Amino acid sequence: MRGELVESLPGQSGGAAGRPVVEATGVHKWFRRNHVLDDVSLTVDEGEVVVIIGPSGSGKTTFLRCINHLERIDEGRLLVNGHLIGYRETAKGKLVEDAEAEIARQRQEIGFVFQQFNLFPHLTAAENVALAPIRVRGAGRSQAMEGATRLLARVGIEEKRDSYPRQLSGGQQQRVAIARALAMSPALMLFDEPTSALDPEMVGEVLEVMRGLAAEGMTMVVVSHEMGFARRVGDRVVMMDEGRVVEVGAPGDLLDRPRRERTRAFLAKVLH
Amino acid sequence: MHFDWHFFEHLLLHPPNSFIQGAIRTVYLAVIAQILGVGLGLLFALWRRNGRLPLRIFASGYIWLVRGTPLLVQAVIVYDGLAGLGLYSFPDQHVFGVLIPGVIQAGIITLAMNEGAYMAEIMRAAIDSVDRGQTEAAVSLGMRRRQAMRHVVLPQAMRVVIPPLGNEFNNMLKVTSLLSVIGLQELFLAAQDYNSATFRTFEIFLVVAIYYIAMTTIWSFIQSAIERRLAARGGDLIDRITLRERLFGGGALAVAGQLRGAR
Repeated sequence: MRGELVESLPGQSGGAAGRPVVEATGVHKWFRRNHVLDDVSLTVDEGEVVVIIGPSGSGKTTFLRCINHLERIDEGRLLVNGHLIGYRETAKGKLVEDAEAEIARQRQEIGFVFQQFNLFPHLTAAENVALAPIRVRGAGRSQAMEGATRLLARVGIEEKRDSYPRQLSGGQQQRVAIARALAMSPALMLFDEPTSALDPEMVGEVLEVMRGLAAEGMTMVVVSHEMGFARRVGDRVVMMDEGRVVEVGAPGDLLDRPRRERTRAFLAKVLH
Repeated sequence: MHFDWHFFEHLLLHPPNSFIQGAIRTVYLAVIAQILGVGLGLLFALWRRNGRLPLRIFASGYIWLVRGTPLLVQAVIVYDGLAGLGLYSFPDQHVFGVLIPGVIQAGIITLAMNEGAYMAEIMRAAIDSVDRGQTEAAVSLGMRRRQAMRHVVLPQAMRVVIPPLGNEFNNMLKVTSLLSVIGLQELFLAAQDYNSATFRTFEIFLVVAIYYIAMTTIWSFIQSAIERRLAARGGDLIDRITLRERLFGGGALAVAGQLRGAR
């Protein structure tokens, strides 16, 4: 499982104060009149694993999608690797949406793992992983397929390289999806409830891959209901509700000694 | 007059040259027009979905006009109408060293333009049938929207298009007969000419019907083979259509037909 990432990402896990990878300041977003993100500010440092929890409709998935500009923001500033994501600033200080090519370039640095996997059903596992290196990076096919096989080995399913997504279990599909995102050597990985669509017995294998990534120093933002994962792997936990960040803290503090009543009520429901 | 078995049998097994030439023309008109129609349909579908406003309006207007008028009228306008106004009169031309008569150029253009409007609707439905998450996954990897469409969405949409496309081509084979109105010597007009010399109408058109059904049936087998190959490569994205359903209707093909509505 240990591979290139150890060398390419020297940052240590454990939230050692690296440079900030994600910097959100006063981010607002509305869906019509619905205020889905209300003044969200959050910084994620290099090598850090931040787990976002909260009830459904709290805006956690929307916030995650804003980080690679799958959603637009209406107010505030959102920087990834020190650059505004999806926008550029005019001389007057107004934000206008970037050209598509620039947005696409920025997204190469950001891996996204979806709740529903969203694997390409017409391609084999290896082709799923190799597609972006070939089409976006201009890599040669044989070289990209070799790279894909290595990545599939890293997530433990090398033997499924020639299988189509529908021939794979949910857990295997999500691991292919993680390999696919890693193929672009991102500096940041975003996970949107990566285990919510899985049968219980497959949750572990996906979390194990994510834990390995974190151990190798990958910067990760994870929206999840897996409190065990948050506790063991997360450096910080963020509680969101009604579009706001309610509370941020180390897993041990926030999960065991929540300061806010809202957090306490939510955890009581989730942890029973 | 009685049914003349001998005449019928002789015509069926030893057709005059004009029948054979006409049948060959019917097939190549249909093939070329269908290919061009698929290309036009894809273009219009993309314009209508993602194009700038003038392109969207143009594509919608085009589809509205073509689907709102009979093919017969379109053929007469393109060939006789344009010539009558002195705008364009389709001269015979050499294309890749082959002489293509003007009437055949007009016929292919009419059929392709007509087919493009129907294919645009089929393509649009097929593209819409691909989950939005597919595009999101593609752009999240750094692909541009155009790349996502080409490498991720369209390959999946094409599988959905195959069954209704087969239906369209079946229709195209038969609809070529309407071009007899502009004097294009395909199978139907060849038969009409033969009829005016012999007046054995029933026998002649029974033979013509058998020719058409032979062509469409052969196409059904070809289409089944294409779909089997697609299904073998990558998955049962298409509902299986039995040969019985294909020939006699019902099942998935009926659903696909509803996409287009009655023509």
